[in-house]
Amino acid sequence: MKVIKEKHSLAMRWCHWVNFPILTIMIWSGMFIYWANDEYSITLFGHTFVRFFPDWYYNLLHIPSRLAEGMAFHFLFMWFFTLNGIFYILYTLISGEWRELVPQKKSFKEAFLVLLHDLHIRKMAPPQNKYNAAQRIAYTAIIVMGIGSVITGLAIYKPVQFYYLAWICGGYHFARIIHFALTLGYVFFFVIHIVQVILAGWNNFRSVISGFEVVNEQPKMITQPVVEIKDEDEKAGPKE
Amino acid sequence: MKKLVQKNKKLKKELTIDQKINRRNFISFTTFAVLGGAAFGGWRWLYNSPLETPGITAGTRAPLRRALNKTELAFRRVFSNNNLVETYPKSMAAKNVRHNTDIGSDSKMDMDAWRLNVNKSTGEKLQFTIDQIKSLPKTELVFSFKCVEGWDQIQYWGGVKFIDFINHFGLQDQTQLGYVGMETPDKGYYVGLDMPSAIHPQTLLAYELNAEPIPFKHGQPLRLIIPVKYGIKNLKRIGTITFSNQRPRDYWAEEGYDYYSGL
Repeated sequence: MKVIKEKHSLAMRWCHWVNFPILTIMIWSGMFIYWANDEYSITLFGHTFVRFFPDWYYNLLHIPSRLAEGMAFHFLFMWFFTLNGIFYILYTLISGEWRELVPQKKSFKEAFLVLLHDLHIRKMAPPQNKYNAAQRIAYTAIIVMGIGSVITGLAIYKPVQFYYLAWICGGYHFARIIHFALTLGYVFFFVIHIVQVILAGWNNFRSVISGFEVVNEQPKMITQPVVEIKDEDEKAGPKE
Repeated sequence: MKKLVQKNKKLKKELTIDQKINRRNFISFTTFAVLGGAAFGGWRWLYNSPLETPGITAGTRAPLRRALNKTELAFRRVFSNNNLVETYPKSMAAKNVRHNTDIGSDSKMDMDAWRLNVNKSTGEKLQFTIDQIKSLPKTELVFSFKCVEGWDQIQYWGGVKFIDFINHFGLQDQTQLGYVGMETPDKGYYVGLDMPSAIHPQTLLAYELNAEPIPFKHGQPLRLIIPVKYGIKNLKRIGTITFSNQRPRDYWAEEGYDYYSGL
């Protein structure tokens, strides 16, 4: 029998979809700023594997020579990014939804089992509530990263006024590196996130817009069986 | 929406589960599409908004310039004007001091004829020679010079604190004004500074770099070192200093950058 199962609160959906375009604008305008001093690369043993960023990439996205424009956009949308983040964190704390989000002691061990399951190496995934162990870690990490972006961002933005933030971040220079690395982290998160959402399917995706999932519930039996029979093939619940 | 469902329950027979699902899908996806469309429209409006009317600032979309100015005002409410920038041992200072641009400081000039011109708000004009300035107590500063482009470099500068210069030559009343403007002798480069930043205890009229007279390309004979601002405000080769209550013109603020550009 089909049943509507509430999954995501309106506040969570709001924050998610507000954050998406804002973060996109922050990354886009951030690239305008980074371009003006694009000194980072991944170099190991004298060989440069990746240079951030190659010219074709800059030209494709029309990035060169837009530093002032990038700063103007970045320093406007930083407000929305931060306020949306603060609202989400306060809501999650006050509503108690953090219990479904924050990793538990067993989450770190279980996340590995979830990974094996997702890679089709292991048949069974650990039982879960709203989020599985890997999701708990990923979605909490992304919030921590958001806080990190705000702190490192402020440290770069006003290193004299927020000298204590610059100090926490290991200095102005290092704060800029962390700020950049966090952005790469978002892009990495995004790629995995999209793949998982596609794999998890429509029911899961809909829940982030309409708030509910449709689940099939077995009609309750009148007499309880003596031994509970576990269905080996039963999925541990919807993913993502 | 739950209320709605309950109300309907009383009036007519209960919706089937599929009807409920369809109904909630319709409402939520319509809302999502409308809000998404509105957000996209808002973005299009901002992205295509006209440039500000050129004046003291120029080159930025008008709403973004308003946001820059409002952000500056909001932050300055909580900022302290007494935070000192971090200083370093001289051994850490760069030997090859980075040089980015020659705007306003590449015109040929007779260094012996150089004078520092000071325009008071009263209309009074003063002139100083480099020796007069060097006779004041020297302050040395090893700090991390920060460029708006994103690089920073530890540099070792020496000169007279601007506030010492003001006090010594009896210009204290001028600090009651809101701004200080500085221009190169050829007027090719110019900056506007808010007074609290200008009289910050680490703001120098510098005449030494790495304990030597400042080389030509770094702004010989006298340049501004203002560590609470990005490099774009650190004017090379000061020709004129003007005290004013109006924002003085500023080279990079006319090119779309934030007027304040403070750190």
